[in-house]
Amino acid sequence: MTSATYLRPGLPIPVPENDGLDAPYWEAARRGVLMVQRCNACGTWQWGPEWICHKCHSFDVGWQPVKGRGKIYSWERPWHPVHPALKEQGPYIVVLVELPHVGGIRMLGNLLGDPKQAVCIGAEVEVVFEPHDDAKPAYTLVQWRHPAG
Amino acid sequence: MTERTLRGKVAIIGIGETPYYKHGKSPDPEFVLALKAILAACADAGIDPRRVDGFASYSNDRNEPSRLAAALGLPELRFSNMMWGGGGGGGAGAVGNAAAAVAAGMADCVVVYRALAQGQFQRFGAAAPGGVASGEVALNAPYGVMSPAQRFAMRAMRFIHENRIRPGAQRAIALACYAHAQRNPRAVMHGKPLTAEAYDAARWIVEPWRLYDCCMENDGAAALIIVPAERARDFPHKPAYLLGSVQGSEFRNGARGHNAPLYATSSFTTLAPRLYAMAKVKPSDVDVLQCYENFTGGVLMSLVEHGFFAAEEANDFLVPENLMAPSGKLPLNTSGGNLAECYMHGLELQIEAVRQLRGQSTAQVPDPHVSMVVSGPMVTPVSSMILGSGETL
Repeated sequence: MTSATYLRPGLPIPVPENDGLDAPYWEAARRGVLMVQRCNACGTWQWGPEWICHKCHSFDVGWQPVKGRGKIYSWERPWHPVHPALKEQGPYIVVLVELPHVGGIRMLGNLLGDPKQAVCIGAEVEVVFEPHDDAKPAYTLVQWRHPAG
Repeated sequence: MTERTLRGKVAIIGIGETPYYKHGKSPDPEFVLALKAILAACADAGIDPRRVDGFASYSNDRNEPSRLAAALGLPELRFSNMMWGGGGGGGAGAVGNAAAAVAAGMADCVVVYRALAQGQFQRFGAAAPGGVASGEVALNAPYGVMSPAQRFAMRAMRFIHENRIRPGAQRAIALACYAHAQRNPRAVMHGKPLTAEAYDAARWIVEPWRLYDCCMENDGAAALIIVPAERARDFPHKPAYLLGSVQGSEFRNGARGHNAPLYATSSFTTLAPRLYAMAKVKPSDVDVLQCYENFTGGVLMSLVEHGFFAAEEANDFLVPENLMAPSGKLPLNTSGGNLAECYMHGLELQIEAVRQLRGQSTAQVPDPHVSMVVSGPMVTPVSSMILGSGETL
């Protein structure tokens, strides 16, 4: 990596929703922890965050740290910049990662490394926490890379 | 108990459009475009615009029914309706909502409309700089996933992977739309034919979509008029009867962060069977199809979900000659559609479906009786509808 972040600075800064729903996710990411929802009543994993368990309708939906490993479920490579911050970016890779050990939930991120690399659906990836300490407010993105070795 | 259905209850008896412009090039403000399309539809129907008593639209159209009714001096507004959701997912749904109101006796003459002037307002395919993002946007925008193409490409990529789709399948859809637009003087891309070589050589927008896999953005307006079936023969043109109308999406399609359980779909798996059941037709009965192209991959999945061929047959079925009017197996987007006629947020497809039943298309299918429209693949909710000639009732 030649820069501290995969994409150039200037993209919209993620902040928790004003009702606080996803605050635990963003706070955990700052600490280098991957946190997703799990229903305290029935154990169903859930992502993205919601106020109610889609399976049993309990409002007692908790948060649980999970291992940041998964498989590429799908991907795309944007070339055409639609945001001013990406005018000089060139192509980049977005992956949708399935976490089989967490009920098969999926999480989005960039695939770190060569933006022109071939991408293989099913390939294993691991989480990388990408801090944006200079942003106001500061935040940390959940990113993905191929495991070393 | 009588069957609860919209089949045969209403008809489209008027259609109207403004000229179609490149985005930002309309000489008129958006509200004027809406008014002109509505008046054109009334003229086509041969009615005094003061007979209109309701409005239905979709995708947060900015031109409110109350303002339209006041501007047009309507004696009474009896129905106003906005279908939830973005993109073109509500194109057929707005027709269904208007039809339901007419069939239920809430209104007698409802206009379905959509107007866009993107010089006056923001484009869809460009993101505003800076700022903060929350909720669903916070899970996407920081990764460079902002435009509709970027939000939906991964659904198509997964489908392409699961079903070993070759590039020629998406290409055939683009080529058919452009070929039909060459026969349509109203089309923005009239006089600009597309070859397979030019398609292949075009730049990537977002893999798996090149430039010609993506719709245009345009300025213009379109409108159509719905009346009860029993009055449909009082107007100058052949009525286009509504045979079936569905809207919605699959189990948890709207789960945030790309967590729809059936991800590699265009959202129609549960809708299509309901559509055919209400219309009492089969896919093989469909004479001509208009299928909303936000992106060619969305059309591909929509065709599979609506039963025109199985996913494993896509590579063989999707060749340009099968999609061309008049003699293809499934004439598709016969005006040029969103790719090459105009991105009127898909409402130009409803109008073309009516034209086909009237025999007025520039790429006319011989003597069609069943004319179908699919709206807004991959968004949620989506919608589709089937129109029929008088003989299908």
